Amino acid sequence: MEKLEELKLVVSSSPHVRSDETIEKIMYTVILALLPAAGAGIYFFGINAATVIMLSIITAVACEALMQKAMGRRIAVKDGSALLTGLLLAMNLPSNAPWWLVVIGSAFAIIIGKQIFGGLGFNIFNPALAARVFLLISWPVQMTTWPKPATIFSKVSVDAVTAATPLGLLKSELLLKNNIGEAANISIIDMIIGNIGGSLGEVSAILLLLGGIFLIYRGYISWHIPASFIGTVVIISAIFWIIDPARYASPLFHVLTGGLLLGAFFMATDYVTSPITSRGMIIFGFGCGFITILIRLFGAYPEGVSFAIMLMNLVTPLIDKYVRPSLFGEVKQSV
Amino acid sequence: MEGFKGGIHPNYSKEKTERLPIIDAKIPKRVVIPISQHIGAPCEPIVKIGDAVKKGQKLGEAKGFVSAPVHSSVSGKVTAIAKFPHPSGRDALSIVIESDGTDEWVEGLAERTDYLKLSPDELKKIIHNAGIVGLGGATFPTHVKLSPPPDKKIRAVILNGAECEPYLTADHRLMVERPEEIVEGLRIILKLLNVQYGYIGVETNKPDAISRLTEVVSRIPKQKASETYVERSGIEWTKDVEAGPNIRVIGLDVKYPQGAEKQLIKATLNREVPSGGLPMDVGVVVQNVGTASAIYNAVRFSRPLIERITTVTGAVTYPKNLRVRIGTLVSDLIEECGGFSGEPGKVIMGGPMMGMGQHTLNVPIIKGSSGILVLPKTAAGQLEFYNCIRCGACVRACPMGLMPNMLSIYGELRLVDTCVEFKPMDCIECGCCSYVCPSKRPIVHFIRYLKNELSIKKAKAKEKKEAVNPVRKEVA
Repeated sequence: MEKLEELKLVVSSSPHVRSDETIEKIMYTVILALLPAAGAGIYFFGINAATVIMLSIITAVACEALMQKAMGRRIAVKDGSALLTGLLLAMNLPSNAPWWLVVIGSAFAIIIGKQIFGGLGFNIFNPALAARVFLLISWPVQMTTWPKPATIFSKVSVDAVTAATPLGLLKSELLLKNNIGEAANISIIDMIIGNIGGSLGEVSAILLLLGGIFLIYRGYISWHIPASFIGTVVIISAIFWIIDPARYASPLFHVLTGGLLLGAFFMATDYVTSPITSRGMIIFGFGCGFITILIRLFGAYPEGVSFAIMLMNLVTPLIDKYVRPSLFGEVKQSV
Repeated sequence: MEGFKGGIHPNYSKEKTERLPIIDAKIPKRVVIPISQHIGAPCEPIVKIGDAVKKGQKLGEAKGFVSAPVHSSVSGKVTAIAKFPHPSGRDALSIVIESDGTDEWVEGLAERTDYLKLSPDELKKIIHNAGIVGLGGATFPTHVKLSPPPDKKIRAVILNGAECEPYLTADHRLMVERPEEIVEGLRIILKLLNVQYGYIGVETNKPDAISRLTEVVSRIPKQKASETYVERSGIEWTKDVEAGPNIRVIGLDVKYPQGAEKQLIKATLNREVPSGGLPMDVGVVVQNVGTASAIYNAVRFSRPLIERITTVTGAVTYPKNLRVRIGTLVSDLIEECGGFSGEPGKVIMGGPMMGMGQHTLNVPIIKGSSGILVLPKTAAGQLEFYNCIRCGACVRACPMGLMPNMLSIYGELRLVDTCVEFKPMDCIECGCCSYVCPSKRPIVHFIRYLKNELSIKKAKAKEKKEAVNPVRKEVA
């Protein structure tokens, strides 16, 4: 028993066991889910896309470490959150974005979008989206010049040919001809696999969908936001399409083009900037969908996913204040 | 069956001991019996140093209604009455008895065979005198729980055999090995409360316990229900049909914290205890299966509560389910189980979810000690924690419908005044939130801090009010 007296035992508050879930595990799983769609971007837009992705990630991680050091916080770059922000931003950029644009955007995402607010957990906006919108309104030309997809195996220089995105085409045709015009001729198959113009990570609908379903299956995101977001876009676009199919694109067109799937599965579901309860998530997703389709149908911009999510990020604290989980025993029951 | 919302599925880790029969632990040479092993006023020592005492002899008399006496668990001599380490972490006044090895019962313990004919008051007195408290861990004096105010009509008694804490198998083994004691204990409680319906809730991961209890229940005399009655959960009591026993064994989903009182009532009867209320507010009294067995032994054989079943498990050489004398030191039990296997990091009294970490092995087993769990050094590290990333896992896991994420932030920032919005007092400290948190935040700890600060504030406010407007205190 002598030996037992010398024992040094840890005394701490219960519970004494924890699940093996960690921030890293969550972040790297989301990154894994994004990789197929990012790969499709590289496939369709070539080496430029890979360069943008690498540049964005390196800048994000470096800025995160620098800011944490400068602000006297624990260096936590290995948690993967900066890497994820860098990847998400890159996936929201055109593949031919100049290097300085990528660096500025990525630095903005981490420094202004995240660390200024207090780091992971305290940011108001999804950092990658804040950066994308910042770039879009600061350098609209560079941000809306889209290379035409030409697979890495083709001989055509990808930078040489630019083309409008399906949503861009839709908007310009409507202005010029007052109908959907050429946009009707875009192949559904191309939209599904990603052989269309757009940000390098948003084009492959099928791979984004697979990634999203993977995350739902693993329990890292719930279905509420993607379902209500996409559902709202489908319902509202369907109403207009049924009324006047000559002027309005089909719901399928709206789902498969632009940043909807990337936004609904990977950006709107960001834990920090979306509501915490299921009911709150449904309201949030509805708001995202409503603003998105409003901008797409009636706004000056062809695409509205980024703005929609950012606006709803602002509403999140309000939703969380009023939509609470139901407290056990809150309603007094009679015996 | 509609269960409660939330909850978690931790690794149950019960396989080490769930098939091991209960064995009597060695009678220790020395027992340390704290005068406070229950919620409420500590009892008052009625023995002096040097007194010879017998097994079962009362050592401390209950002081007030919400209190319980303590008894000697061995026969021997009182050698000290002083402060000793207590499982709560603080030193507490305890009575130390050196055993004389004879293990003789105190005289005058009468056996009763017609115990179901005793009056409620007689039964309550026996239970109180036997020092019985809730053996599930909460240690609330049982006679108090069995004395609901007259305006609360009790319609059902539930015995808690969920044993949802990982690692622990004490209740499980008791249900398998002594189901008769449990069922008889329940019949005594039903008689005492004049209640017709009894339920025994057991998680379905203990099919042997369910079948043993069901078998015993089927042997008790059949009884017609006095009225046709359907519980919210769909359980039916029919007046016309030749009814079976008035006790039913209910299989419960395997989910932590199924054995938390309010969650158990919800899962068994689909009744929701109101926020801030007690089970009796929905007409229910809940007792642990071990408590029922102790009640039976007290009523039938006049035996006071001097032993309990304790699972000793985790990083010990031979994990065991032991019948332990109250006051046995943890070090004795570790030795009895072959010592530690590997380097111990934490010694927990209770289960891993709600048990208390001990700083020394010189603490005694008390009435609420359902288990001793040793975690190896590798599993006992202090975790660094990070910011809340608002993933919502804790909100989904919380069986009380709280927002633990917000409470943890308010606790971290010491926002005691404003935290009430998030109902910290409804927290049952089950630990689900901390368990699931990917940022490894000590959420329950933060909530405990808030609850404690709020209680202090409330007490101060009351003091102030009474100083201004003195109220004559009733002598209990």
